[in-house]
Amino acid sequence: MTALQVGALVLVAVGAPVVALTRDPLRQALCFGVFGTALAILFFVFQAPDVALSQIVVSAVGLPVIVILGLVKLREEEGEGEEE
Amino acid sequence: MRRSARLGLFGAGAAALATMLVLAIAGLPGFGRYPGPYGDAIEAVGESKTHATDLVTAVNFDFRAYDTLGEEFILFAAVLGIAIVLRDRRGERKRAPGAPGTERGLARPSAALGMVGLALVGPLVVLGIDIAVHGHLTPGGGFQGGLPLGAAVFLAFLAGEYAAMKKVAPHATVELGEAAGAAGYALIGLGGLLFAGVFFQNFIDRGEPGRLLSAGTIPLSNVAVALEVAGAFLLLWNEFSDQALLVVPEGEQGER
Repeated sequence: MTALQVGALVLVAVGAPVVALTRDPLRQALCFGVFGTALAILFFVFQAPDVALSQIVVSAVGLPVIVILGLVKLREEEGEGEEE
Repeated sequence: MRRSARLGLFGAGAAALATMLVLAIAGLPGFGRYPGPYGDAIEAVGESKTHATDLVTAVNFDFRAYDTLGEEFILFAAVLGIAIVLRDRRGERKRAPGAPGTERGLARPSAALGMVGLALVGPLVVLGIDIAVHGHLTPGGGFQGGLPLGAAVFLAFLAGEYAAMKKVAPHATVELGEAAGAAGYALIGLGGLLFAGVFFQNFIDRGEPGRLLSAGTIPLSNVAVALEVAGAFLLLWNEFSDQALLVVPEGEQGER
């Protein structure tokens, strides 16, 4: 196993608990994007570039956008609730 | 249940899970020592049979093209479901970004952020097309290429150009693109049935391996899937962002 592979494994091992333990959903979405990119690096250094590409587009582009847009809607409704 | 009992139960469960995980991982074959016959078989005949040099794409769109059709329609059905759940309700009206009340939601980004966003639209389009059309040659393919294509259009929205995005990609066009991509992939399968006798059998000249126009129907499948994925995600992001811009008129708030 090369140093690059060990590094990628460590990055993923550290990143996963960080995502799980982040309480604020907005921060969690951003952490997830970074973690997903780390996962993509892991796939790439373990010689699975196809999977790495899918991982990048889903976790760094696809999902965080959906989560953040959902949060925008939720916070707006919370804000309206406070005003009433 | 008392706290100590809960912790005890969790501890026992976690210990058992950890033991089983360690046993399972210890029993895995070493990295690169895959014992099944499938990978070796694909490696041996993949390129000569499909004329595709990226065997992952060859597997996805040739050897198991039928499974990919199923995956295709999972995405299609999932996005359809979201479009139905998030449809405009009676009494809701859209407000344009920048209208009063949207500051908290989707504020117009700073000029610098908007510029960078818009500047990235072109490169993303090129990247998406590049990944999609070279799917049979290098790692990538319709799914991986379709998402950057959709993201490029959505980036215009994130850069604050809501009107521009709606002009380039109106809802109907996005829906049409998604449906055409999904239908196109199914039609490639039907073409195999008609012209070669087997569903998803290749029916056009496979050409010379390594060329852009080679590998028979695989590049066509990649383009169809790219169209579908770009449409699907754009529709998804659109539905979500429309939700963020929807307001319920005063007086009807009690109904929620």
